[in-house]
Amino acid sequence: MTTAVLLEWVIKSAIILFVLVTAVAYLTFLERKVMSWIQLRIGPNRVGPWGLLQPLADGVKMIFKEDIIPTEANRWLYVIAPAISLIPALMTFIVIPYGSVVHVPILDRDVALRVTSMNIGLLYIFALTSLGVYGLVLAGWASNNKYSLLGGLRSSAQMISYELAFGISIVSVLLYTGTLDLSVIVGQQSGRFGVLGWNFFKVPLFLVFIVYYIASLAECNRTPFDLPEAESELVAGYHTEYSSMKFVMFQMAEYINLITASSIAVTLFFGGYIGPKVNYYPWLGLVYFALKVLVLILLAMWIRFTLPRFRYDQLMRFGWKFLLPAAIVNVIITATVVLFWPPQHP
Amino acid sequence: MEKVLFIVLAVLAIGTALNVIFQRNPLYSALSLIGTLASLSALYLTLHAQFIAAIQIVVYAGAIMVLFLFVIMLLNVPKTQPVVEKHKALGFLAIPFAGAMIAEAFYVLKTLADKKITPAFAIDTTDRAVGTTWSVGYSLFTQYLLPFEVTSVLILMAVVGAMVLARREGD
Repeated sequence: MTTAVLLEWVIKSAIILFVLVTAVAYLTFLERKVMSWIQLRIGPNRVGPWGLLQPLADGVKMIFKEDIIPTEANRWLYVIAPAISLIPALMTFIVIPYGSVVHVPILDRDVALRVTSMNIGLLYIFALTSLGVYGLVLAGWASNNKYSLLGGLRSSAQMISYELAFGISIVSVLLYTGTLDLSVIVGQQSGRFGVLGWNFFKVPLFLVFIVYYIASLAECNRTPFDLPEAESELVAGYHTEYSSMKFVMFQMAEYINLITASSIAVTLFFGGYIGPKVNYYPWLGLVYFALKVLVLILLAMWIRFTLPRFRYDQLMRFGWKFLLPAAIVNVIITATVVLFWPPQHP
Repeated sequence: MEKVLFIVLAVLAIGTALNVIFQRNPLYSALSLIGTLASLSALYLTLHAQFIAAIQIVVYAGAIMVLFLFVIMLLNVPKTQPVVEKHKALGFLAIPFAGAMIAEAFYVLKTLADKKITPAFAIDTTDRAVGTTWSVGYSLFTQYLLPFEVTSVLILMAVVGAMVLARREGD
């Protein structure tokens, strides 16, 4: 392991961190804009041209807010909880390939557009998403507030229930692709048939995507699964007591989780960075990847502003009695297809 | 490099494990247990067992410990008095037992080191494929198929048993 490789990792991670944080700032803006369009309103348009500087104004406002720690709260856990929810969210992104190999003129060598590729890539993602729940649970407990505690409890129950469907839908993908390495999975989806080479259009995996997408919405705590922070019953759920930058960290974690879930969906089902002419101009991969992720994020926003929130018993019944069996049936279908018509990967 | 990593992770694992026992607040004990599991997972990584490391996090830290926390919070367990303080005699009994266990562990390790016993399942550590998902899955479904299936039946029985016990009359 040379210093150059180590430096490359550091630089890539720093760029990803910067891009993710900027993307989160503008996603909050986009979310408000999309919400207003769906509700036939104009939305934020005062700060800067078309309201484009709104995230900046929000950021400045949040930094200057008073940072309150309740007297009865468990100080140590209260302070550390936002970090616990943010760090796994950020760490997930290092295995996602967002482009193929490009030639960088300044360095005069080829650089792969991903931080790392590991042979347990999918499992790594699964492990980190399962850790994200601790931030919410601990925040709820440490705040020493009944609404926060209820939010934390709900989030842990919800995560455990939907993680099963999430994991089992990934098993189907694994059966079909035969590898856990995300770069290889993307490579398999290129080929002569263009869009039809995407996993989404392979016979068994279309249904898998639907289960995966619903489960990932639940994992991200997006409406209609936002019970941990259901504002009409729990004030703001697990982050009721949080203010200033600690509150921002929870928001960031939530949006980064949304970006990550969409990126994984793009990588597994929609051909990742693959698109027309990407073999000749590898930098185009970044554009395709970003566009595909944006489409999925817009889909999540559309769902959020269209559907009302589930009731708690509906949430549990849906997760255990519909989504989990559906995921298991998907595994059986995929296994049958793979057994009789083994996939020919390019 | 590997040795430094091992020492750091081992100290972390043992330190958090001790913390599990010494904490009076059950929530802190549970959190320390997560620390232990995480450092064990990192130790597996240094042994080239990537699959086991990932599964350790997914199953134990990600699912089982979340349930532990859930139960601790839901029942709102008060800070418990250690059993030793309730039953003084137990404390005096525990010391010789602990001593005997430590002595036994040292004796076993010492004899193993003296005899230079080769393990029954020798693993070629230079082989890069050892510990990957493929190799674990392959040996589970060929060489160890029977124990694997027996274990899964056992777990299935536990699941069914839990359902029967949790179900109230008339449900």
